[in-house]
Amino acid sequence: MKKEIEISDAAVDALLQKLQREAEASGYHLNNDRKFVRELVGGLLVNQQRYGYAACPCRLAAGEKAADLDIICPCDYRDADLNEFGACFCALYVGPEVSEGRKQAASIPERRPPASQRRAAKAEISAGAPLGKLSQPVWRCKVCGYLCARGEPPDICPICKAKKERFERFM
Amino acid sequence: MKPFTHVAGKDCGRIVFYGLSTCVWCKKTRRLLDDLGVAYDYVYVDLLNDEERERAMAEVRRWNPNESFPTLVFNEANCVLGYDEEKIKAAVKL
Repeated sequence: MKKEIEISDAAVDALLQKLQREAEASGYHLNNDRKFVRELVGGLLVNQQRYGYAACPCRLAAGEKAADLDIICPCDYRDADLNEFGACFCALYVGPEVSEGRKQAASIPERRPPASQRRAAKAEISAGAPLGKLSQPVWRCKVCGYLCARGEPPDICPICKAKKERFERFM
Repeated sequence: MKPFTHVAGKDCGRIVFYGLSTCVWCKKTRRLLDDLGVAYDYVYVDLLNDEERERAMAEVRRWNPNESFPTLVFNEANCVLGYDEEKIKAAVKL
């Protein structure tokens, strides 16, 4: 059995402040439940140490980055869950209703397809639709849906700050 | 050797908890079971080695094809997914 990793309060504080700043800057909200969020941020730091990237603390990471890209926080499923349930799967990110105390965050159904389906879907993905009359390819940020028409995706999504590797060819 | 840890308490049938050590909903679910004072077995799947982990996941999939956590299995008969206080209390039947 693997050992649990200890995370310092100072490390949690530092990451929490950074996430808070970034969330507010791009129109997102972190859960106001301080204790709950500190535990989640601790989980992110554990996964950062364990895998080398901050995989979702509420999902089982494969430990291979290519297989876990969709669950690096913020995950590909966050925005859809915010829209449908008012919180992401972990409830680290919450919508305005939860943020303003009009609704309580709850455990929600898992939107991420199971591993077998993810593998099948990956095999089907082509290089994208034919270019047609577009002068540039269109790239889509899989985290927030931001679209940009340019030779290649930006290094960092200007909207949600996801990294380049999280973009997909859209058109 | 089984990777489960036993928590002693009132016997409400066999309760098996599959969770992740980093997951906050899993923590809340275990706190609820502890507060209810029931006996259960738990395992953190993210802390298992590859072979044990595959075996645990095969069991989780039997009950929960979405492979999410926490997955609570009651008496090898029914399961509760996620932190759901009412469903857990109903399944425990204290």
